[in-house]
Amino acid sequence: MSRRTLAVVSAGLSQPSSTRLLADQLAAATRDELARRGVEVELRPIDLRDHAHDVVNHLLTGFPPPALRDALDTLAAADGVVAVTPIFNASYSGLFKSFFDLFDATTLADRPVLIAATGGTARHSLALEHAVRPMFAYLRAVVVPTAVFAATEDWSQAAADGALRSRIVRAAGELADHVARRPPAAPPDPFALTAGFDELLAGRDPS
Amino acid sequence: MQFGVFTVGDVTVDPTTGREPSEHERIKAMVTIARKVEEVGLDVFATGEHHNPPFVPSSPTTMLGWIAARTERLLLSTATTLITTNDPVKIAEDYAMLQHLADGRVDLMLGRGNTGPVYPWFGKDIRAGIPLTIENYDLLRRLWREDVVDWSGKYRTPLQSFTSTPRPLDGVPPFVWHGSIRSPEIAEQAAYYGDGFFANHIFWPKEHTQRMVGLYRERFAHYGHGSPDQAIVGLGGQVFMRRNSQDAVREFRPYFDNAPVYGHGPALEDFMAQTPLTVGSPQQVIDRTLGFRDYVGDYQRQLFLIDHAGLPLKTVLEQLDLLGEEVVPVLRREFAALRPAHVPDAPTHTSLKAARDAAVAEAAADPAAGPADAVGAAAEVGR
Repeated sequence: MSRRTLAVVSAGLSQPSSTRLLADQLAAATRDELARRGVEVELRPIDLRDHAHDVVNHLLTGFPPPALRDALDTLAAADGVVAVTPIFNASYSGLFKSFFDLFDATTLADRPVLIAATGGTARHSLALEHAVRPMFAYLRAVVVPTAVFAATEDWSQAAADGALRSRIVRAAGELADHVARRPPAAPPDPFALTAGFDELLAGRDPS
Repeated sequence: MQFGVFTVGDVTVDPTTGREPSEHERIKAMVTIARKVEEVGLDVFATGEHHNPPFVPSSPTTMLGWIAARTERLLLSTATTLITTNDPVKIAEDYAMLQHLADGRVDLMLGRGNTGPVYPWFGKDIRAGIPLTIENYDLLRRLWREDVVDWSGKYRTPLQSFTSTPRPLDGVPPFVWHGSIRSPEIAEQAAYYGDGFFANHIFWPKEHTQRMVGLYRERFAHYGHGSPDQAIVGLGGQVFMRRNSQDAVREFRPYFDNAPVYGHGPALEDFMAQTPLTVGSPQQVIDRTLGFRDYVGDYQRQLFLIDHAGLPLKTVLEQLDLLGEEVVPVLRREFAALRPAHVPDAPTHTSLKAARDAAVAEAAADPAAGPADAVGAAAEVGR
């Protein structure tokens, strides 16, 4: 069995949080789907609430405090990402956006991502398509076609095994397909030299 | 090892009094600080270069020329000279002139500048920061080393039969440091030419500095300038001292909390743990600074930032007293005792001239080598 890692980002603010609950269900479903494809996966949860102050400090100082550094490294090295945000005022939460603002446009390139969100009613569900998906498109991540939205009513007993569950399994299967067929992730090294000095000098264009 | 201060030249409201110094006061404070640096026995004063408020030092060689006239042994430098937006021809002229006036007590540190809006004011584009740095420095080196230059490039009008005047003092160009926080291309540039590499160090965790200096040392050896531990490294540092460390923390905290760069962000204690900032007693500054060597190796120049964020001049001068009387003498002794004999000092005009003269003499004494080889050898040392 080959091994992969899955970063599970939750931007839920309350504890317990339905956002975290959805993230956990997506992660577990992805783990099961990967197991069926012969891939063992290690789940690495990242609760943004724990890093809220550090995220702002990073925006102000330009570098991450140690605990946030670990979270960023975890994400940069993950083979797949589950990213779940509550929908606030018709979009992702500010904390969710600020966290992903810490990534440049290359770190998550070609990274399989499953996006999901929670909200009070299903009227918020398209925020996943008009806000969350474009952000990951900018980061050049590979976002799986099924985005999962869970409204309050989806958590009721009657609904628990219904439409939400089938969407979770479908999205998890799509993410598992991407993760399983890719080689393990190799995070870029920002300090790596990409060109020797002769090449840098030659880059100049005498006219 | 050289010790000194580097200043950004910011005009910042003193958060404890609400008072903002005038530009005139700040400029005069900077040169007072520079003279004090010499008076207390430190070696280097380096000024920043900025072209936007709230910073005053837009004209570094004017300021350094004034300081040169009022000091005897202080080494004058920059932190940094903008190699992107300045015309390399003007840099070649200005710093050669300063070299003559200061009798060789001049080197400079080149940097890109990270303020996007400044670039277009000088007809440049920040997105071309690295290529500008590579091309402009390549030209700057030639202007100092070749009496007549024919040149064409991408970012400047061509030069035909151009002689930059005055020629460098004694035909020896000023030593150049390349400053960068996290661009490996700049470490590579410094290594390629065998120039110095200065890591800003102060706003980032030590792991950044360690990686950048490590890369520079490795590439310095790769390009044949010596072993990795013979590369010429400078570091920034940021300190605030009182005899009693609690007093230092209490006094510095409002300046930290409101500082332009990191203010209103992390707590002072967290920033101290995560960056080289040391607020405490002179002994704490000594211990912390000696610890820099553990992750960059033996290095040649230590510059401290002591005058930003609205700190009053009187306080800054007290910091210099503590540095001169209690901190730097111990650091000199301890660093010297730890440093192996094969690790060189930072080059100065005197040492560069002696090396050039020795190379010329050696080449002249070698019957197999013609005069052209002697000149070539001298040019090589001039690197």
